[in-house]
Amino acid sequence: MQDGHYASNPAWADVQPIPQDDGANPLVPIAYSREYSEAMDYFRAVSRTNEKSQRVLELTAHIIDMNPAHYTIWQYRQSLLDALKVDLEEELNFIDELAEDKAKNYQIWHHRQVVVEKLGDGSREIPFINQIIEEGSKNYHAWSYRQWVIQKFDLWKDELAYVEDNLRIDVRNNSAWNHRYFVVFSHPGHGVNQATIDREIEFAKKMIKIAPNNCSSWNYLLGVIRTTGYPVENLTPFLEDLKNGNIQSPYLLSTEIQVYEAVAKKENRSVDEKALEDISVSAGIAE
Amino acid sequence: MSSLLYVDDQIPSDTSIDQRRTEKAVLQEYTEYAETHSNLNELRLEREAHSEYLARGLNYLSRWMVALDASKPWLTYWILHALDLLEVDISQDIIERGISSISTWQHPKGGFSGGSDQLAHLAPTYAAVNSLAILGTKEAFEVINRKSLYDFLMRMKKPDGSFTMHDGGEIDIRGSYCALSVAALTNLLTPELTANCNDFIKRAQTYEGGIGPYPGKEAHNGYTYCGIAAMQILGAVDELDLDALLTWCAERQMNLEGGFQGRTNKLVDGCYSFWGAGDFPIISAALERRIKSKSPNDSTSIDYLFDRDALQRYVLICCQDEQGGLADKPGVGPDYYHTCYCLSGLSIAQHHVYFDSSAAKKITEAGGDTSKGGTGSLMWVAAPDCTVLGDPDNLVAATHPVHNITIAKAKAMIHYFYAKELENIHHLLPKEAEIPQEDD
Repeated sequence: MQDGHYASNPAWADVQPIPQDDGANPLVPIAYSREYSEAMDYFRAVSRTNEKSQRVLELTAHIIDMNPAHYTIWQYRQSLLDALKVDLEEELNFIDELAEDKAKNYQIWHHRQVVVEKLGDGSREIPFINQIIEEGSKNYHAWSYRQWVIQKFDLWKDELAYVEDNLRIDVRNNSAWNHRYFVVFSHPGHGVNQATIDREIEFAKKMIKIAPNNCSSWNYLLGVIRTTGYPVENLTPFLEDLKNGNIQSPYLLSTEIQVYEAVAKKENRSVDEKALEDISVSAGIAE
Repeated sequence: MSSLLYVDDQIPSDTSIDQRRTEKAVLQEYTEYAETHSNLNELRLEREAHSEYLARGLNYLSRWMVALDASKPWLTYWILHALDLLEVDISQDIIERGISSISTWQHPKGGFSGGSDQLAHLAPTYAAVNSLAILGTKEAFEVINRKSLYDFLMRMKKPDGSFTMHDGGEIDIRGSYCALSVAALTNLLTPELTANCNDFIKRAQTYEGGIGPYPGKEAHNGYTYCGIAAMQILGAVDELDLDALLTWCAERQMNLEGGFQGRTNKLVDGCYSFWGAGDFPIISAALERRIKSKSPNDSTSIDYLFDRDALQRYVLICCQDEQGGLADKPGVGPDYYHTCYCLSGLSIAQHHVYFDSSAAKKITEAGGDTSKGGTGSLMWVAAPDCTVLGDPDNLVAATHPVHNITIAKAKAMIHYFYAKELENIHHLLPKEAEIPQEDD
């Protein structure tokens, strides 16, 4: 393979490769492998003539495999999908394979979204995402893409159960908590009623009791309270309960302070610094 | 220090196990330091090693860096900004080569690309404009084709106030920040460009209080910084739920490690030294504004929102690589991205950068608008008093809380592109405080 993949390949004999031009003595030059720079030289040539062909499709796959962050190549590949009427199921197979070890790359996920949107069929998506989340339970792109998929294909039904499965494995998985909020509060046409709010607050309380130092469940509790206007002082018995159980948690303390301030505001009292201090002492946190 | 260890409530899970493992590694670094040094005053920022590491990257990057072949302007920005923070002079040779390289990355239809012959993209556009600001000469500023840049920014803009990163690309809040930051620096912030931008960012603030990349998505410190800084450029920080935002940002500083995490229940990472701590100057300014709006004579300055010493300790003890460069956490090798953002975070922790509201008031009275855009960016000042952990020589240059280039470089570019607007208010602009020199 002295001459690389393309120069000695008769199928590419008609193409004159174009070398990269960064000017004389450029900053941040990369000592490209021979394989990469050859592929890029051929890509520059065919993209200038706007060639849409099977061999260019293969060329983009070759470059993406070496540098999946090359958004210009991905963009070109998207234009080929239409021009060549590429079998979109095959394209998903291609992404499945890539995602195995490049699941943290922006472009792969965006490309998948573009392909699935064209395909108009989301049936492969949830199993695909589940597999990625199984390998990295907080994969940001996977959870983000999941939101798009369940919205697009109206797949809300099993999501709450999926969240609970994830929280059973790791109650501190904040991505799962965020997904729960999304599923409960963003489902279009499913107005949030008082029963739902109560259910969510009870769920968060239950998870807090299991692990009182878990920031995710406290954030969920307080987030639901803030965004729904649920009276924060209703938490008082719950907080008392935790304290009586000798629970020590900075979140317990900060929530008590929030309750205290909310009550003071409601009763039009100014906040008494001494009282705040007492809360700290009773929570066993202040020196 | 063991009282600062993560409490797992006897319910271990992947999160708590990873967290404890990281704490163990960090604690080991701190213990080793304590055993080999008599006090923290010996703590040193290894300037020479870092400068050499950075300078090498400007001239040569190995084949393994091919993953950044579509991020060339990021490489120049990370390296040049880090060198600038270290107050290393940028030579005429680098300036000329920088101008020439960055010119080849400018797209004929506007904006900058990740490399030559690539599509224009908002992230490298931000990095290229910042790089040119750091190069800092008239020739460097003149590389920017403002007319085509504006066309590009407007082409990326969506009706809901968001931005797509490139033609056919993904939409997220990085786009808002990158577009608005370059527009503020180069005087392109028109009402058409800014319309609805605040709505999109507001919608991306989550139930947790932090900001995500897109409405509904998990709060994340990188996107939170982008959201806050973009809102500052828009003059709309007060439209966010500030209390929830502040609580979330403060919670992200780790108890034992002292550095910041990117999301709730994730691990510390040196890069969030900036994305995390960088949120506070803007939040402080907003809180001070809120106090002033209630009692106009109250000039309380708010400067206790994060632990400056703890963050510096983390960066200096846990992130410095012996061979030069800074890294995510102990046991991980350095790279240019982490070097840039660890040093930027160090700068935020050392300098008390504040919004000069009395100068802003005078300019407003003279008919200027300091609430947003480039003129607003001129109001940020580094106070003469600094909090420097360890060797006093560890002090790096003050970074601008909105653009993350040094305050001096940001102001120089704004002065260039706003020359006409600033003509009548020049004398009212905040004076840069002199940082007292060490007597030796």
